Amino acid sequence: MKRPPLTDAADPFTSSNLQRRKKLARLWQIVFQASTIIGIIALSALLYNIINQSFGYVAIENTIDPQSLAVDGVPLEQLGKEELVFILEENVSKGKFRQLGREKPFEERSQEEIYSLVIDEVVEPQIVKTWLLSESLTQREQIQAEMAEKYPQAELVFRSWVNRNFITSPQSSEPLFAGIRTAILGSLWTIAITILFAFPLAVGAAIYLEEYARDNWFNRLIQTNINNLAGVPSIIYGMLGLAMFVRLLEPLTSGSVFGLVDPTTANGRTILSAGLTLMLLVLPLVIINAQEAIRAVPNSLRQASLGIGATKWQTIWAHVLPNAIPGILTGTILAISRAIGETAPLVVVGASTFITFDPSSPFSKFTTLPIQIYQWTARPQDEFRNIAGAAILVLLFLLLTLNAGAILLRNRYGRSYQ
Amino acid sequence: MQLSSATNPVENEASHRAYSRIPPVDLRKRTNIGELFIQGFLFICGAFSILTTIGIVYELGKEALLFFRSPEVRLVDFFTGTTWQPKILEFGIWPLVTSTIITSFIAMSIALPLGLSVAIYLSEYASNKSRNLIKPILEVLAGIPTVVYGYWALTYMTPLLRSILGRDVVEIYNMAAGGIVMGILILPLVTSMSEDSLSAVPRSLREGAYALGATKMEVAVKIVVPAALSGISAAFIVGISRAIGETMIAALAIGAGPNLTFNPFRGAETMTGHIVRISGGDLSYDSIDYNSLFAIGLLLFFMTLTLNLISQRIVRRFREVYE
Repeated sequence: MKRPPLTDAADPFTSSNLQRRKKLARLWQIVFQASTIIGIIALSALLYNIINQSFGYVAIENTIDPQSLAVDGVPLEQLGKEELVFILEENVSKGKFRQLGREKPFEERSQEEIYSLVIDEVVEPQIVKTWLLSESLTQREQIQAEMAEKYPQAELVFRSWVNRNFITSPQSSEPLFAGIRTAILGSLWTIAITILFAFPLAVGAAIYLEEYARDNWFNRLIQTNINNLAGVPSIIYGMLGLAMFVRLLEPLTSGSVFGLVDPTTANGRTILSAGLTLMLLVLPLVIINAQEAIRAVPNSLRQASLGIGATKWQTIWAHVLPNAIPGILTGTILAISRAIGETAPLVVVGASTFITFDPSSPFSKFTTLPIQIYQWTARPQDEFRNIAGAAILVLLFLLLTLNAGAILLRNRYGRSYQ
Repeated sequence: MQLSSATNPVENEASHRAYSRIPPVDLRKRTNIGELFIQGFLFICGAFSILTTIGIVYELGKEALLFFRSPEVRLVDFFTGTTWQPKILEFGIWPLVTSTIITSFIAMSIALPLGLSVAIYLSEYASNKSRNLIKPILEVLAGIPTVVYGYWALTYMTPLLRSILGRDVVEIYNMAAGGIVMGILILPLVTSMSEDSLSAVPRSLREGAYALGATKMEVAVKIVVPAALSGISAAFIVGISRAIGETMIAALAIGAGPNLTFNPFRGAETMTGHIVRISGGDLSYDSIDYNSLFAIGLLLFFMTLTLNLISQRIVRRFREVYE
């Protein structure tokens, strides 16, 4: 039999069709790669934007020149306590001076405290303009020229908005002195309450669903329900928290049941309400993670334990839980890091817009780090954008630490059963 | 041969009586009170989630009912009205719904093509090395709080859009910037869900297509993606539900005033943004404003619940099970 000659059209390897298909394949590969690169660019742009806002030049103008306050040529920061108090008394109104004395008598204040008071109240430095980090690095001459032209009185300083003062001082309406101590403490209090309630409840529910629940309609309902709750928008939890914890359970959440009413508390809008609301929010996430961890414990362990006569609970307590706990903790940390960044439900529950004192009990008013960021971002002035950026850096650092902890935990204690 | 006990009943009886003097060992399962107590406690933990759902439906429903019962509100106006202005007692939900839909649409038109492409790249093309680099980046993106995205939308995306398209076209608060950032927020979710379902497609399907002479792209687009379509559509729907419920971006970047507009470069207010703005201010309980928030919340809850249920149904019904 004679084979037909291979023509160009019949040859599958040289036909024009293949060329086209190969070109198409190349094109699509480029599209797929480009999308991935876009994703990476998005993350870089986000980080760039935040860092760009958190550092840069600021022009600060003093209401009163500190040089003019110097006594006999001794600069302000080297003056003694009495002299500083005297300067303060001369330059602020009588009412203000008395109020400061009431807050803390001047005799008890240290020289540094009074010095910072003089700076805040008398010198009153104010930001007149801020520049982004990118501008500060590339357009130095222009900035200096602009300074000389528009703000001859002002001083140009390169400022890192994230600094020690920012983290340790309470909130202030002056962006130069505003800090996030109240917000960080509020976040920690809230999260502590969330963990305290969510962890036992979630682990209990996971154990029930994985170890005890028979396959009947009610248990299936619980499982479906948990999966659905994980998809409910967080703001809905906020509304539930407002209706349930702030209003319905007000005697409990405001502390009046325990006779512990904080005089500053606004009804039930307390740390306790916020923590419980976040507890409801993270509960389904922790349950789902804990279930996976419990499911990963091999059945042979349970059978061995039951086989030597242990009861079901003894088996769970002594064998299942110790083996599942790294997984459960990892899941809990991830859920907690979500709760720390959550803003919307807490705004709905009723975070305070402006508090300058530290929270002292679960029945105090609260503000948290993300809420602080939200409130600062919502203001139109540039300086508030800068401190919001700085607060975001602190928040991201906190979350990164938590996530790194979770990964470490997973790698260190995570076991594989082969 | 027969057993003696069967042939001699009298002897059997006697031996039985002899044994019964020794107290019998009861081998039945004893109820342990402590264990029962623990089991009961665990059951309560499990059932607590049901209480949460009941709580949501009850509280939202109760307040929403108060809202609809009040003489100023008519149910028909709520669902057909085109102005939402509680001050003059106009409660038409449409301005809030349209802006929610428009921003979600913008978000999905960013997140779906990008997310699917990244997922295909990760599961079909990427080497182990680049996968190990990209997946953590996506996880970091997924872990960033939404308020940070809101900040980004307001301080970066809006100025960017305004410098590209002109300040007259794009308002300071607009739906486009919020929608785009929302799309980037949802991207990791769509990617990881799609990638899971793409990786679940068995190797044999790919090998078969390669053996028939398909190119890599043909395998990916014509074999693997259709096989994983249920998972991808579930990811898509979950993405929409996430976009609808997204709050902080809406509150910061999209605007602060209900506005019935289809121009994405203008400001409007989404359902979630409205809830946050009103409840963040001074709100008196039992006012019609307060109740109206719960009506919006109830609508939001049912919208997202329906979408989530549909996605679960799709996964369960259309999942191809490969042995």
